[in-house]
Amino acid sequence: MSTDAISFFLDRYGLTVGDVDKLLTIALARGGDYADLYFEHRVGSTVNIEEQIIKSASRSVMQGVGVRVIVGEKTGYAYTDEIEFEPIRRAAETASHIARTGGSKTPVGVNATPRDLNLYPVEKPLSSVELATKIGLIKRGDEVARAYDSRIREVQSSITDEMKYVMIASSDGRLIGDIQPMARFGLSCIADDDGNLQVGRAGGGGRIGLDFFENELTAEHLGAEAARQAIIQLQAVDTPAGKFEVVLGPGWPGILLHEAVGHGLESDFNRKQTSAFSGLIGQQVTSELCTVVDDGAIPNRRGSLNIDDEGHPTGRTVLIENGILRGYMNDYLNAGLMKSERTGNGRRQSYKHPPLPRMTNTFMLAGNDTREDIIRSVKRGLYAVQFGGGQVDITSGEFAFSASEAYLIEDGKVTAPVKGATFRGNGPEALKHVTAVGNDLELDPGVGMCGKDGQSIPVGVGIPTIKISEMTVGGTQR
Amino acid sequence: MKLDLTKESALSLAHEAVRRGASEAEVIIRHRTEFSVSVRLGEIETLQQSSDQGFGLRVLIEGKQASVSGSDLTRDTVLSLMDDAIGLARATSPDDTAGLPGRDEFATSIPDLDLYDSAIEQLPTEEKIELAHRAERAASDYSDQIINFDGGGFDSANGRAILANSLGFAGEYRATSCSLVAVPVASENGKMQRDYWYDVRRKLSELNTPEEIGVMAAKRTLRKLGARPVPIQNVPVVFEPNIARDLVGDIFTAVSGESVFRKSSFLVGQLGERVASERLTVVDDGTRLAGIGSRPFDGEGLATRRTVVINKGVLESYLLNTYTARKLGLRSTGNAGRGLVGAPSVEAGNMYVEPGPHSPEEIIKSISKGFYVTELIGFGVNIVTGDYSRSASGIWIENGELTFPVQGVTIAGNLKEMLNDIEMIGNDLDFRGSVVSPTLLIGRMTIGA
Repeated sequence: MSTDAISFFLDRYGLTVGDVDKLLTIALARGGDYADLYFEHRVGSTVNIEEQIIKSASRSVMQGVGVRVIVGEKTGYAYTDEIEFEPIRRAAETASHIARTGGSKTPVGVNATPRDLNLYPVEKPLSSVELATKIGLIKRGDEVARAYDSRIREVQSSITDEMKYVMIASSDGRLIGDIQPMARFGLSCIADDDGNLQVGRAGGGGRIGLDFFENELTAEHLGAEAARQAIIQLQAVDTPAGKFEVVLGPGWPGILLHEAVGHGLESDFNRKQTSAFSGLIGQQVTSELCTVVDDGAIPNRRGSLNIDDEGHPTGRTVLIENGILRGYMNDYLNAGLMKSERTGNGRRQSYKHPPLPRMTNTFMLAGNDTREDIIRSVKRGLYAVQFGGGQVDITSGEFAFSASEAYLIEDGKVTAPVKGATFRGNGPEALKHVTAVGNDLELDPGVGMCGKDGQSIPVGVGIPTIKISEMTVGGTQR
Repeated sequence: MKLDLTKESALSLAHEAVRRGASEAEVIIRHRTEFSVSVRLGEIETLQQSSDQGFGLRVLIEGKQASVSGSDLTRDTVLSLMDDAIGLARATSPDDTAGLPGRDEFATSIPDLDLYDSAIEQLPTEEKIELAHRAERAASDYSDQIINFDGGGFDSANGRAILANSLGFAGEYRATSCSLVAVPVASENGKMQRDYWYDVRRKLSELNTPEEIGVMAAKRTLRKLGARPVPIQNVPVVFEPNIARDLVGDIFTAVSGESVFRKSSFLVGQLGERVASERLTVVDDGTRLAGIGSRPFDGEGLATRRTVVINKGVLESYLLNTYTARKLGLRSTGNAGRGLVGAPSVEAGNMYVEPGPHSPEEIIKSISKGFYVTELIGFGVNIVTGDYSRSASGIWIENGELTFPVQGVTIAGNLKEMLNDIEMIGNDLDFRGSVVSPTLLIGRMTIGA
């Protein structure tokens, strides 16, 4: 598929490998250490149902080329949404102005580079599925949610998919491409019990095809799951505020890792020494029960990529091993400046954005405890299984994330559901209190979006059931 | 052949869609030139300059709706996407509510809201970069404890928006914006803190000086050093303007027609009722001269206007586009938002809390023990129930004085009660953005760790 993406761009837009070389030469004409071109062509579709009506369907085609020139720690960037030699040449010239040293570096002529990974050989991508089939799926989810309980109303559901062609050419001779499918099926509903309104949400997807929604994460499951959450919340009691023993369920609660340690281990913050984790390599930053990795090379996951957005293969990066901080997630620029290896974490929202070190799929490896034993060991605490979004201040390490489904644990038993509460902690401290790690690692179903510097990208998270001996919970009681 | 970036060409595309089978069509064309420089420690980090364009087309066939968008304005590509839109619309369901506004509802003139400043474009690149350096230097020079920066920079944009539809509306306007931000890092006893300060305006002459921004960013960062948690307690809470605007954002979500018609707002069904302290008046004004949230017409071609949302505590109006207004049996308030793709959303113009009589110092002086919030983390706001639970940083108030910095606490309440519990409103309203507020004092919330 690698050469497919390259010929897609060269044939469709009438460009040659020689043109690409010329453009890179122009980008480096005023000096500079490195230049790259990021070609993107993305076709996206959405269809949604609400009030049992297929309210809208849409399709968008976005395309363009981003040109980057790096000089030391500086980046010049420009883009064009016209994939033609002349507009790209102008963008290359604009980007080249970052360099003032004169004396040009001649780029190595590019050669089509084969790709090692093939993580999403999707047979029937959603982008090639008939609209009627997608409508059938969202209607089914809607029906199942409504049938779950008479108190369910206001069901909304949508399927969003895209097919993205990318080609990256860099001044070190790399010319590589990828074709990246993505789909997401989401459903939300409101339960109304005599004016007590509660929301339930479910969703999932990844770099998958139609069979995923037919066999693995079905419309029936999503409809019932969203309805179940909304109905449970109807009985939710106030969340007590204060410090508690907290058990996190497996899967999406891995957002804890994303906020508590993930962002703080992106290499740009550490090169600039602005992260609460700066300078802590080799030191203990979590309990020794924790091993945390970022892995962009898991088949079909939402955060997975055959190559990152700089053309480098993804892989598994050990961030924390048995509690000891081992490494950071790197892109080209920061790996070079920190004299460390690229890890395939250079990602960007689109051709309009320069790459940054970003997470892919970030998760904690499984331990030895069973979920039952972990819950049984808690005298009074909270058990959180579903979360909304989270946020972190990477410098102070302060992070917070909000539970959307959580329960009290009393004398080792899960009891009443509690209202949505905020869990907070401090990055380098919070996971030192992990006192049990379950054997039930799960990755999230594929809904995560991560924002940084105004760029939004899909990511995955995962975690086994874990116990944290002390965490601050912001209550809903007054 | 490329599409002309004119309202005539947008109008002719809308008519072409009708010729090809749409009963109604709406075309949006955008063009934007952007400049962005980020600096750090006296050097440029990233310098970015580009221009981009895009078009969007929404069609309806007897209440069945679809939309397409693209960045390639080649006429053949646009027409092929137009055919896609018509095909997609045929596959969706009829929705009686969907459709363009009524013929008599469109803006009849395009007022000049002073949204365009040629000085921004004329400012040479070197000077734009120098503004960013100056803000950083001002922060750095302010104190030896400012040891580092997490970016900061100057951004500007110059955009044109064109909207036309098959009922004959065609409008166009230009707007510029510029912003400057500094993000210092301070350190004490091995613990780092980061904060930021910024300004964003339509006109270069209205932008705060780099020195004002840098010094304020430094002060805000330094005052966080040594922060610690406090035990859980119920106390009065002061929201500084930069945090109070988050509350105005929550009020917007709660009065947005999209939340209201879905009954997913704690303010559903309360028009004409008292929902907040009588001290509180909240206004949305899309026509404010040179306002960041201003535009001469909304995403459907209706004139923007000034709407009093909450008047002395009474909920007077929701904020609506055509679809949500029809759903609620009301009239649009000219708050349609429009991205390139999809149906119109609901968007605030310039939404703000009317300033009150008190200086921020007076408000703090009135409190014997309380919390001054300067930062909120996390998304723990439930607009359906009003439940509010977030992580917070700020400064402890003791005997009417700001004392030590606080971090590592949560703050909890319920929006319904918080709005009713607004006891004092500051006189320090500043239109630093499109959703803004003066200082607010809320009588009682739970804070602590």
